[in-house]
Amino acid sequence: MNAVAIPPFERFYEEYRDEIYAYLRKLVGREAADDVFQETFLRALRGYSSLQHGRHLRAWAYRIATRVAIDERRKKRPAGELPELPADDSRPAYAELDHLTGDLPATERAAVVLRYGYDLDYRDIATALGSSEAAARQAASSGVRRLRRRMT
Amino acid sequence: MTLPAETDLAFRHRAASEALLDVAYDLTDSPIGPLLVATTERGLCEIAFDPNPEEEVERLARLHGVRVLRSPRPVDDARRELDEYFEGRRHEFDLPVDLTALPAFQQSVLAELQRVPYGQVDTYGGLAARIGKPRAARAVGGALNRNPVPIVVPCHRIVGSSGSLVGYAGGLERKQLLLSLEGGTLV
Repeated sequence: MNAVAIPPFERFYEEYRDEIYAYLRKLVGREAADDVFQETFLRALRGYSSLQHGRHLRAWAYRIATRVAIDERRKKRPAGELPELPADDSRPAYAELDHLTGDLPATERAAVVLRYGYDLDYRDIATALGSSEAAARQAASSGVRRLRRRMT
Repeated sequence: MTLPAETDLAFRHRAASEALLDVAYDLTDSPIGPLLVATTERGLCEIAFDPNPEEEVERLARLHGVRVLRSPRPVDDARRELDEYFEGRRHEFDLPVDLTALPAFQQSVLAELQRVPYGQVDTYGGLAARIGKPRAARAVGGALNRNPVPIVVPCHRIVGSSGSLVGYAGGLERKQLLLSLEGGTLV
């Protein structure tokens, strides 16, 4: 296996900062996105020297971002309380999903938003959630079932 | 979607203030052109003329560790001292320098070089003699040519035995400029 060199952190950061920020805006809303973004890349920095190789850095960044976003939502939202709708200027598919999925459990919400809002396949969602592909599929489908139950 | 500039800067500040970086660097203007200035926790580790940031960042990562990030605050002191130097108000730098990534011989040459005072010059042979290797003038030249922190570690103060400027990694024009700024004379 060819070793893929770990790029200087500046390269990694420049390459993924915009898309990770966009992703976090969808997951946690504009208000919280700044803090969650900073925490994501601070966590990445803390782990950066321990990386063994430079493969899958994009997936790694998404995985950290997703975990930080989930932690943030758990911290912010007492059980049972509906979240604020994230304010967003554009209303693409994921924005509609924000509205619909706001009170799903965090992992299910992330899976549903990533699958149907971002059109990621289950392999990428698994990476982002730090779970197996089967678990990602399971989270998305139980999220959808929960939404259906609520709508009928 | 583009990351807002203030969020970007806030992250760069926090990365440095939480001591998570191997190297922080920034670009700064000077009378001899733009400079890339980089520092580790130990001290100033690089000043690059005509910087190509991408190459410099790769080099810094190889020498000091992969956590290299552009972050302005850690290099504020260096920026200020360099400004004062170029305005003629500073003759000695108080900044610590970090030469630990360099080979021992080069460290000893650069350490001795720091003793050549402002406004004076010495020769390659003179410097070689002062580190106890009088026949190593060429090796001394090589060590100076790869000085990672020019200006602060004053390799511009070393000239040929005839007093000619000889060489400078940043170009002879810059060497001339630094020496005239200091009003240099041969010791």
